[in-house]
Amino acid sequence: MKNNKLRSVAVTILSALLCVVIGLVIGFAVLVGLSYASRSGSGAPFTFADVINDAYTKGFQRVLMGGWYGSGRVPRGIRSELAQAAPLIMTGLSVAFAFKTGLFNIGAAGQYAVGAFGALVCALVLKLPWYLCLIAAAVFGALWGAIPGIFKAYFNVNEVITAIMFNWIGLYGVNTILYGGGHGVMFNEKTSKTWAVAAKSSGSLIPDLKDLGANYIVRPATVGIFIAILIAVALWVILNKTTFGYELKACGFSKSAAKYAGINEKKNIILSMTISGALAGIGAGMYYLSDAAQWEPMVSTVLPAFGFDGISVALLASSHPLGTILSALFISHISTGGGFMDAMIFPPEIADVISGVIIYLCAFMMLFKNKIARLLSRKEKGGLH
Amino acid sequence: MLLLVKYTLLYMVVLMMVALGGMFSERSGIINIALEGIMVIGGLVGVLAAKFLALTPVWTVVISILAAGLAGMIYALLLGYASVHLKADQTIGGTALNILATAIAMVIAKRVNGTQAPKLDYVNAPFLFSIGDLELNVFIPLGIVLLLISYVILYKTRLGLRLRSCGEHPQAAASVGINVYKMRYIGVMASGFLGGIGGLAYIIPAVSIWNFEQGVTGMGFLALAVMIFGQWKPFRIFFAAIFFSLFRAMANIADSFPILKELNWPKEIYNMMPFIASMIVLAFSSKKSRAPKAEGIPYDTGAR
Amino acid sequence: MNDYVIEMLHIDKVFPGIKANDDITLQLRKGEIHALLGENGAGKSTLMSVLFGMYQPDGGEIRKDGKKVEIHNPNDANALGIGMVHQHFKLVEVFSVLDNIILGAEDVKMGMLKKKKAREKVVALSENYGLRVDPDALIEDISVGMQQRVEILKMLYRDNDILIFDEPTAVLTPQEIEELLQIMRNFAAEGKSILFITHKLNEIMAVADRCTVLRKGKCMGTVEVQNTTKEELSRMMVGRDVSMTVEKKDIAVGSVVLEVRDITVPGKFKKKDAVKNVSFEVRAGEIVCLAGIEGNGQTEFVAALTGLEAMSRGRIRLNGQDITNASVRARARAGISHIPEDRHKHGLVLDYSLEDNLVLQRYWEPAFQEGGFIKKGEVRRYAEKLIDEYDIRSGQGAVTVARSMSGGNQQKAIIAREVDRNCDLLVAVQPTRGLDVGAIENVHRQIEAVKNNRKAVLLVSLELDEVMSLSDRILVMYEGEIVGEFDPKTTTVQELGLYMAGARRQGEEDVFDEE
Repeated sequence: MKNNKLRSVAVTILSALLCVVIGLVIGFAVLVGLSYASRSGSGAPFTFADVINDAYTKGFQRVLMGGWYGSGRVPRGIRSELAQAAPLIMTGLSVAFAFKTGLFNIGAAGQYAVGAFGALVCALVLKLPWYLCLIAAAVFGALWGAIPGIFKAYFNVNEVITAIMFNWIGLYGVNTILYGGGHGVMFNEKTSKTWAVAAKSSGSLIPDLKDLGANYIVRPATVGIFIAILIAVALWVILNKTTFGYELKACGFSKSAAKYAGINEKKNIILSMTISGALAGIGAGMYYLSDAAQWEPMVSTVLPAFGFDGISVALLASSHPLGTILSALFISHISTGGGFMDAMIFPPEIADVISGVIIYLCAFMMLFKNKIARLLSRKEKGGLH
Repeated sequence: MLLLVKYTLLYMVVLMMVALGGMFSERSGIINIALEGIMVIGGLVGVLAAKFLALTPVWTVVISILAAGLAGMIYALLLGYASVHLKADQTIGGTALNILATAIAMVIAKRVNGTQAPKLDYVNAPFLFSIGDLELNVFIPLGIVLLLISYVILYKTRLGLRLRSCGEHPQAAASVGINVYKMRYIGVMASGFLGGIGGLAYIIPAVSIWNFEQGVTGMGFLALAVMIFGQWKPFRIFFAAIFFSLFRAMANIADSFPILKELNWPKEIYNMMPFIASMIVLAFSSKKSRAPKAEGIPYDTGAR
Repeated sequence: MNDYVIEMLHIDKVFPGIKANDDITLQLRKGEIHALLGENGAGKSTLMSVLFGMYQPDGGEIRKDGKKVEIHNPNDANALGIGMVHQHFKLVEVFSVLDNIILGAEDVKMGMLKKKKAREKVVALSENYGLRVDPDALIEDISVGMQQRVEILKMLYRDNDILIFDEPTAVLTPQEIEELLQIMRNFAAEGKSILFITHKLNEIMAVADRCTVLRKGKCMGTVEVQNTTKEELSRMMVGRDVSMTVEKKDIAVGSVVLEVRDITVPGKFKKKDAVKNVSFEVRAGEIVCLAGIEGNGQTEFVAALTGLEAMSRGRIRLNGQDITNASVRARARAGISHIPEDRHKHGLVLDYSLEDNLVLQRYWEPAFQEGGFIKKGEVRRYAEKLIDEYDIRSGQGAVTVARSMSGGNQQKAIIAREVDRNCDLLVAVQPTRGLDVGAIENVHRQIEAVKNNRKAVLLVSLELDEVMSLSDRILVMYEGEIVGEFDPKTTTVQELGLYMAGARRQGEEDVFDEE
């Protein structure tokens, strides 16, 4: 009995690794293509080995090394990697939690934007302490997440469609208010971004571990990473040990059977989307309250990438809350690494290509799982007769 | 007023073509949420063709439109392969393709530019023509023709009858010897073709420089709403597209329309409008709407 | 030697974990009606799917007129003149009758559909064989019987002369069955050869020339129907003697448990109400059966009764307590247990383990949770008790994923869960659908036991044999209305059939008779 469970975990991990490996291979192929284009563009003679060498040393190696690339005892890359991992865990959890209840929260990006807005208002305008700002981010994200839930439950509109629409509505709305025609209170005209939290309200910054001597976990990395991990554990407990989790998962596996069992599936849909939204909102709070970056309201037509990366994170983790931690670290790792590539040859979006390929592969993870499971069992039985 | 007509027509034809594409795909049983990404890829390839192929104006138009359509079609095959052969989750596969499309477009645009900006400029004059003071583009007549062709194919041909049967009841189709896989590939490829052209139709006529970081600003998703509002039927999609494009066009004319100018709303409000409108419309129409019955469900020949 | 039109010789077909067909031989003569008899899961449908090109056999060969043929898909089958009426109709609901008939065999000119000739042919065929259909009606608007006629016309339109009927009588009234059997006789007289798949012995005796019997994937032999008896066929099919009659105890009927008044349920996509003004009572210690042809409002009525769907009018009382507006959970608490029609859709969360499914209706009770945390130990103990008591078999006991269990054991799990709650009212909807004889007997015994326990039972069934043998009272439903109430001791299957088909209704015709 235990054995079966162990095996299914192993199969899941192996198939996720397979997705990762294929994704990386394709990423490498793209790098090779780009470095070939760059070499041949320069006009100087070159060999194929040069091309491969460029692709590896100037690109792929740095992607693989992620934050470790660079000098110094504590590379800055690691800190920014952790700073990114925290919100990624949260958006990953947001998508994963919805998946567990049979919903596809493609709206994490919008909830993230609205959550960021909530955090920034509380930090820059109200100057509240960081934990209240974080709670505000959760509440704002939750509100935005609840909307697709309500549309699904009461109007029978597919949550994917609603969430996509509200991604844009949220993004445009947040940008409009933050920008405020160029004179918004939270808008710094010099940088065309929102004000840095440190400059306006240092009490709203999420603390790091400077005094404890944990050199990796200093700004822009913060204790946010621990909060994210704690939340992941809490979600795992909720999903696996409680009646609430039992109901949510029942709705996810079979809406009709859940209804038959007297579970209020409308309430559960809305609750699940609300919680999802809150998680994405917290993720945004963690990012913008760490001063890792400031919001750019002028870039008005691009949805926050963390929201979509959350989908990769969740899929790669097979929606397991604890797996989400690992896959978020991985995605953060390669996208940090992507930033270290030689930008003259390799646009950093290569990392997005890799994560896009990984999502595409995750779409047929079931197939991988079945194949791997069959391989494993064949070994055990010594082959089918 | 003329400006409003111009932009409404411009967006209408985009939304209509892409929604028709979505219709073919969903009528064959494949949910195509990748329309946005297909538009990006089609737009990118079409723009590159228009930019780099030194041809006469007429050939520029013909070749770049065909290139956009073909590129969209090939990209859509990725969705087809995942959802028809590998029986993957269609929504997730589509989402992956959307993310991938923007990433690919940025990588390519940056490389082509040789700079850090994913922007491409191009000459769009060959695509434009005027009737009186009204500036139009070649996609408008093309779109109308494609609408009529779509209608005929869907309802008057053997292909259409078989395609629709696969979206409603693939087992029934298979039991009378119809190749469900083939029909679904055809549906997805048709959506790629129309979506690819739609992407070009969105990018090229309006401006002469495009930033691929923004993809196609959600038009592909709006087209999905148009398709649902249009009940997966060609002429209803046509009217739905007009309705949505009116909202979308407002953003463009807000500065030059006296009443709207006085309101002095930020442009973002107008950008939001089509999305808000689509939610309201969907809230009221979704309960009654009847999607193709088998859409989203992988078809398995060997299943018991 | 070759008076066989179709020979299936030594056919093997293996699915993961099960050998569905094991060395099966079936030979069909020209102009005969050949019955294929077997229980659910005996391999009949698999064998026919092999013949029809939906599956490829893993061994053996198929011959047509003595020559070996390969059938890779339904087109190949069609080219050999083989046509099939599937058990679950293969019709596109939103298409017209005509479009469904021509689908896959369309007349075209440059890809454009030409329907005029097709229509003439369909009309001619329908007149010739007495298969009344309206070519322009949509499938979703016509009755099940007419849908079956469309399926038959599909075969005739393709000029097939080897006709497979897969369980064609399951959805028909006794009168319609008689009509269908006559049509089959006519086909045979014309020289068409018929394969008739069924598990109903009466029909075989009435119409078939020969009969091949399958059991658990193996061929039990082919017999001349003239030279055999129902009992012998039954023994070949099941492997032992079966008595299909349940021993019925007469119990003193108690107080009213369920009372429904004027229940009306709106239709889903159509304007017509699915259920109209249904009123009746069920008392403690009786089994009341709601009989009728599929699609006459039974499903919708049960959904309204159990709170799954809203109704537009009417009142429901349980033990005198008004539960008209109560939630599903509240109704369950008030004392309704429900064996649902579709065990995969409603009855089980297929991806949950067996133990989680066994507490699906009571995980919220204090016995199984404390402060929102599930008492896993209690759940396990309870599950193991039920598994033991109700003999639920599965690969890994309580932790088996429900999806991987056999249909019979899934149903046992549902019945265990619902019966063990010991509610005042048991609503059982088609509880024996798709089960084999042994499992059916088991289910019947359980339902009988509930009644003997002085509880009320509302049974919804399409199987008239089941209706007649189990129930104390029969209500016939037609087009959403109750058109008659009968005592199984005094009525006949034929009489019920007339009501089920809407040819008669009580009240009106009673008056008519007296004049």
